Amino acid sequence: MNVTRGFTGRPSMDGPGLPPGQYDAGDAWPVLSAEVTPGIAPADWTFRVDGLVAEPGTWDWEQVGRLPQSEYAGDIHCVTGWSRFGTRFSGVSLDVFLDAVRPDAAATHAVAYAHTGYTANLPLADLTGGRAWIALAHDGEPLPAEHGGPARLLVPHLYFWKSAKWIAGLRILDHDEPGFWEQNGYHARGNPWQEQRYSGD
Amino acid sequence: MTETFVPPTRFAVPGRIAVAGQAAAAWQTATVAEIRRETPRAATFRLAVPAWAGHLPGQHLQLRLTAADGYTAQRHYSIASAPDASGHIEVTLDHVEGGEVSGWFHTAARPGDRVEVRGPVSGFFAWPGDRPALLIGAGSGVVPLMSMVRHHRRRRLTVPLRLLVSARSPRELIYAQEFGAETTPVFTRSAPPGTPVGRLAAAHLAPLTAEPPADGWEAYVCGSNAFAEHASRLLVAAGQPVDRIRIERFG
Repeated sequence: MNVTRGFTGRPSMDGPGLPPGQYDAGDAWPVLSAEVTPGIAPADWTFRVDGLVAEPGTWDWEQVGRLPQSEYAGDIHCVTGWSRFGTRFSGVSLDVFLDAVRPDAAATHAVAYAHTGYTANLPLADLTGGRAWIALAHDGEPLPAEHGGPARLLVPHLYFWKSAKWIAGLRILDHDEPGFWEQNGYHARGNPWQEQRYSGD
Repeated sequence: MTETFVPPTRFAVPGRIAVAGQAAAAWQTATVAEIRRETPRAATFRLAVPAWAGHLPGQHLQLRLTAADGYTAQRHYSIASAPDASGHIEVTLDHVEGGEVSGWFHTAARPGDRVEVRGPVSGFFAWPGDRPALLIGAGSGVVPLMSMVRHHRRRRLTVPLRLLVSARSPRELIYAQEFGAETTPVFTRSAPPGTPVGRLAAAHLAPLTAEPPADGWEAYVCGSNAFAEHASRLLVAAGQPVDRIRIERFG
């Protein structure tokens, strides 16, 4: 252990709900997008799932609104170090979309892509089983543009860069393909509980 | 299916360099070599990191402090110094209210103290010194941009580089003594006599975007989210292509 002289920190922040190396951001919800925030009207927004699937599908805002809605209430974790407790999102489980398009047996991964061109890669297993959503609202309000509105991917059990803002689609693949941050040295999976921040972690 | 996935829209901001993953993964001891006050809120900490792998201007690092009971705190900070072979790097930190890492640096750190660093991290905001650079920062958002300015000077690069830097007042302008003709400061609360007070505006950008270099500008924006939103909207309105605007926001 490499002790820093005079540093005691705030052990109270090192709570059981906090993944290693994270701190509690309290009420703050920092915005860290790397690109210019796009102004996308709900009427112009679409979500597509294609690639290795039986039947590619595209949904517009109204169609997504008619799908069964569900909620995520829990924590989110950013690779820069902050975690936010007790967030509440609502939207549509990705299982609903994946059940409709029917991924091939050979499918293993997905690339999530945004209307800006931002991308993030994910194992398909992280997108199924009620652990991932297309989020349309936060705390009962429409998702603000700077937080990915009108709709973003939500995969809260992974670092939040995986939860692509302004989500445009998922391409289902039979291999892993690094997305935007992953090409910039970040971890392929990004599990906060294993502190998978950078490739090599 | 084996073809490479290509996003249907233009890739917003391709990374500028390939990144060596292994260098970023290893923690190294960094020894505080020197502390320089920059403003009432900000100070520069020069760190000796003998095995530093080198970096490009705009990259950042991860910094970790460890308490005697094993508790650790880590944060990401932009690198302020230009790349060189000195075995030293510099970070400039604001004293954040209640910040456990910046608080330690500002109240406890002294030369000889040891912390840990790893990096450099991320190629996204890097500027290799190749393309014309239009840099826009506010507050300590100037830090990664200063690494670019210093690199430009040290290497005597001829590629155009301009810096617009926003600060509340002259005494809160980090690196004030180092700026040259490449820099235009913008003061939002108080300014020297004869200098207007006000927010970064289209008029500050107009002379630069109206007559861009032949290859156009690569724009780098760094600051709070509110500043980044404002500055990036001004850039877009001035005709700067969105896929040539890189944004690094605090958080």
